[in-house]
Amino acid sequence: MNQIKKFVSNKSYILILLIFVCMLLLAPVNNVNAQNDFPTDDQINEIARELYCPVCENIPLDVCPTQACAQWRALIKEKMVAGWSKAEIKQYFVDQYGDRVLAQPPARGLNWLVYILPPLAFVGGIVVVYFNLKKVKKEPEKLVPNKNIENDKYLQEMEEALNVLNKKEDLS
Amino acid sequence: MENSDVAEQNDQKKLPRWVIISAFTILLLFLALMGWGLRNAQQGPVQVGQKVPPFELVPFDGGESIKTEDLLGKVIVVNFWASWCKPCEQEASELEEAWLFYKDSGEVVFLGVDYVDTETEARGYLEKFNISYPNGPDLRTAISQIFRISGVPETYIIDRNGKLASRKIGPFISVGEITSMVDSALNQ
Repeated sequence: MNQIKKFVSNKSYILILLIFVCMLLLAPVNNVNAQNDFPTDDQINEIARELYCPVCENIPLDVCPTQACAQWRALIKEKMVAGWSKAEIKQYFVDQYGDRVLAQPPARGLNWLVYILPPLAFVGGIVVVYFNLKKVKKEPEKLVPNKNIENDKYLQEMEEALNVLNKKEDLS
Repeated sequence: MENSDVAEQNDQKKLPRWVIISAFTILLLFLALMGWGLRNAQQGPVQVGQKVPPFELVPFDGGESIKTEDLLGKVIVVNFWASWCKPCEQEASELEEAWLFYKDSGEVVFLGVDYVDTETEARGYLEKFNISYPNGPDLRTAISQIFRISGVPETYIIDRNGKLASRKIGPFISVGEITSMVDSALNQ
């Protein structure tokens, strides 16, 4: 019994020792990773995709292949390492290069048109479609024969002429 | 026939006049805005003989900002460049040499405008080519918008009266090319 107890306690000591060694081995590795991995490319691109370099029109910074854009991404990394927030970095780029670097222009001045015009056009379009559909539904009503139509001289003459033609055909 | 005409007229009358007027006003405003944008986009660079609007350059070295308004009576050479621009490197030494040639006369000022660049790289570029004339970033791309540049390098020479004397799109090939343009502006 004592031998079993001794064996179990020895085994647990070995297990604790193993866990301790593993923790010691992992600890420095994790620290190194933390230093090298911040910021990751994904973290940089999260900001970069909201910026556009004026040199490469219509290409977001995260996928832009030029050297200028690579420098901008490096600058984002530099600022992130320095502890700047996303908003601070974006503001820095705006201060340096102007509002046009932003994927979403700030809602001020003429920029408001970008936010107002599309919804207005959309609502206007819906109104136009609605009234047109309403008009189309009403149109068959307009075809309802008018009482005055029976007194129309022109139609009476036409009918008489058609009757004469039909009779002629029957005779032949 | 008369009845159908009346029906159509009734339909047209249903649309209030203010709706038609506002719709046309919005359309005209939109077209005017588009026209204004297109006019600006297709205006091209500042033309020779045109008055160059005043601007301010904040130098990298932390010195006082340079206002072109204060430089009237002098010839100003405004060079747009960037550290990522390979053709800019071709003319960097020539520009510095030309600057050293005119520096002591006090009649010519060289200004380097760093277009869409990062400060670290820009400083490295200036150091690499030993550029000593004032250089600064094109903050909010305000200066390049004044000249409506199409790329870098581009150089604009402003005469003593603040009018554009000449411009060079692309890199200078030699120091002589720079000095001949500056001299012609000095003699105007």
